[in-house]
Amino acid sequence: MEILRYAVFRFFTMLATLLVVSALVFFIMNLPPGDYLSNLIAELRSTGQDSGVAKVEFLRQEYSLDQPLWKQYLIWIGFWPGPHGFSGIIHGDFGWSFEYDKPVSEIVGSALWLTVLVNLAAVLFVYVVALPLGVLAAVRSKTWVDYTSALIGYLGLATPNFLLALMLFYYGHKYFNLPIGGLMAPEFEGEPMSAAKVKSVLVHLIIPTFVIGTAGAAAMMQRLRANLLDELSKPYVETAKAKGVPPIRSVLKYPLRVAFNPFVADIGNLLPSLISGSVLVSVVLGLQTIGPALLTALKSQDQFLAGFILLFVAGLTLIGTMISDVLLALLDPRIRYGGRKR
Amino acid sequence: MTDLPQGRYVDDAPYDPNADREALERPDLDAPNWLLIWRKFRRHRLGLISGIFLAFSYLMLPFWGFVAPYTPNERNADHLYGPPQMVRLFHDGKLIGPFIYPMTAEADLENFRWIYTSDYENPAKLEFFCTRGRYNFLGFIPTQRHLFCAPEGATVFLWGADRLGRDVFSRILYGAQLSLTVGLIGITVSFLLGISIGGIAGYFGGGVDWFVQRVIEVLRSIPELPLWLALSAAVPSHWSPVAVFFIISIILGLLDWPGLARAVRSKFLALREEEFVRAAEMMGAKPSRIIRKHLLPNFSSHLIASAMLSIPAMILGETALSFLGLGLRAPAVSWGVMLNDAQNLASIEIYPWTAIPMLPVIFVVLAFNFLGDAMRDSLDPYSHH
Repeated sequence: MEILRYAVFRFFTMLATLLVVSALVFFIMNLPPGDYLSNLIAELRSTGQDSGVAKVEFLRQEYSLDQPLWKQYLIWIGFWPGPHGFSGIIHGDFGWSFEYDKPVSEIVGSALWLTVLVNLAAVLFVYVVALPLGVLAAVRSKTWVDYTSALIGYLGLATPNFLLALMLFYYGHKYFNLPIGGLMAPEFEGEPMSAAKVKSVLVHLIIPTFVIGTAGAAAMMQRLRANLLDELSKPYVETAKAKGVPPIRSVLKYPLRVAFNPFVADIGNLLPSLISGSVLVSVVLGLQTIGPALLTALKSQDQFLAGFILLFVAGLTLIGTMISDVLLALLDPRIRYGGRKR
Repeated sequence: MTDLPQGRYVDDAPYDPNADREALERPDLDAPNWLLIWRKFRRHRLGLISGIFLAFSYLMLPFWGFVAPYTPNERNADHLYGPPQMVRLFHDGKLIGPFIYPMTAEADLENFRWIYTSDYENPAKLEFFCTRGRYNFLGFIPTQRHLFCAPEGATVFLWGADRLGRDVFSRILYGAQLSLTVGLIGITVSFLLGISIGGIAGYFGGGVDWFVQRVIEVLRSIPELPLWLALSAAVPSHWSPVAVFFIISIILGLLDWPGLARAVRSKFLALREEEFVRAAEMMGAKPSRIIRKHLLPNFSSHLIASAMLSIPAMILGETALSFLGLGLRAPAVSWGVMLNDAQNLASIEIYPWTAIPMLPVIFVVLAFNFLGDAMRDSLDPYSHH
């Protein structure tokens, strides 16, 4: 029951954080002078198309851009009635994209799931790679295994994501015949799910996952290695060795479990950087996630589209962090009780 | 020494109990703090080399204009996408000093690209201390003197030329000036914010601390890059390149401080309870003095190490922003701006040298990481590993 209460508590703090983040996002979206519609009006005026101005003015009222900023925010979130009653993000109305002349939900619809998919794949990749390599590097510390993994890790950390993406892309295509661009073969786009489509998506995921995950995996691996090394030098491990516990068991039984804790806790740091990476890599590789949409929306000041995407990305991080916190509390009772007293 | 039977020895000098009492327990630790740190740092060879490399890169920044054979935006219409040229010493088995073989371009109308052929008959000797494009030495002395340049009618593209026929080598040198300083300005902003906010939270505690901690949590939970993108998209397009440069560095620093503030805060919370702080308080020192004189020096070295580790993130951030077209803009030259040209697969396949600017990025980021790691290890000279 304790854990359930903690989960509920964590859920509400997440909601509160999300609310603050939404205000921040809205503020940033309104930082640039002017907005999409006023730019459009200026453009229409200067080219003498006064008839269009009336339509844009209508849009301005329709989307409450003529209201004061704080009211605009409340309407956007859905705490204040707009011209057509309550209809904000909490009611499932994500706003209107002026650039595409479509509702935001229609533009980002399928991209949202693909974004979640890409990031899940990256998180999985990080764990699958970092866990064995980190353990190996610690157990065989100061041997070539350790040095090679450290070297690869450092290179992954230092190479700009987008370049790594381009390089792997080129060589992956040249030598392994991996597909170029997108998240699925073009003929599957808009098709219903099928085994062939799933396979196509999986093959297309290889390079993006690798690129997005490498830096995170490197950092994670180093941390696991350091923690495990600390643990392995403790007397109880020596005692175990002296008593004849087999080497694998003497690492897995206790030291790894203790060293594992920060591994889970770290997901809060890992997720923001992974999602940052996925946005960048999506733009470079032309993945159908929300990354490219965010970039065009930001460049053309399409504020509702950009605002929603930013909010979604932040929300994704917050939810991920929340899940990891609850998992951590399940794993380690000290955190559950320690967290209260602070 | 006096020899005793059974191979034992006794020192002849009279025994002085005082000297024995005053003798240091660990004579190797009897040195000023900085010397101890240096002794330990010296043992990290990789960190030492990185430190020298970085010091060299930063100290040379004002002089790159002299070393570069071309000015950053000098176009060479006859050598679009010119391949790298090698500086050679021997022509026909004879030593004739550094020279290059001039290239001529021919249009390949089938594949729409330029084919370059080197003229192996007429070596063109490099000129030294020659006059070419005008630039400002040290940033304010206008001059035309370059360390080396190609003779008339030839070109010297050590690392090739880009889409407008600009020398990649010279542009990388000029690009270093912006790409390397972005991190410094960013870290200054981040430091000022992190230390003051983290210090206030840690020193005063209570409600202030609670509020600051929530702000840190919120900021740390948002992915950096999208936020960087959003903030840089808000920079008006009519600003001058210099203004854009400063605002971008500040943006990079604005999102970096929470990590630092958190570290400062936890150190403050621990140190605040120490006796020397209470003593200073009782003697009537003001909070700002206690923070500056008694608390900060206690972990300033730790802060420097963590700064070393966050500068590379900013350098990579600038590269990413400029690469996406939202960071620095031409005519400003930075490594990210240059990589913007290498954005498509075609240029990596046909003109791989346009991606060369990634090498300095990788080297600098690696160097900062190694240096930071070495410093973090050696900052506590009394610990043993």
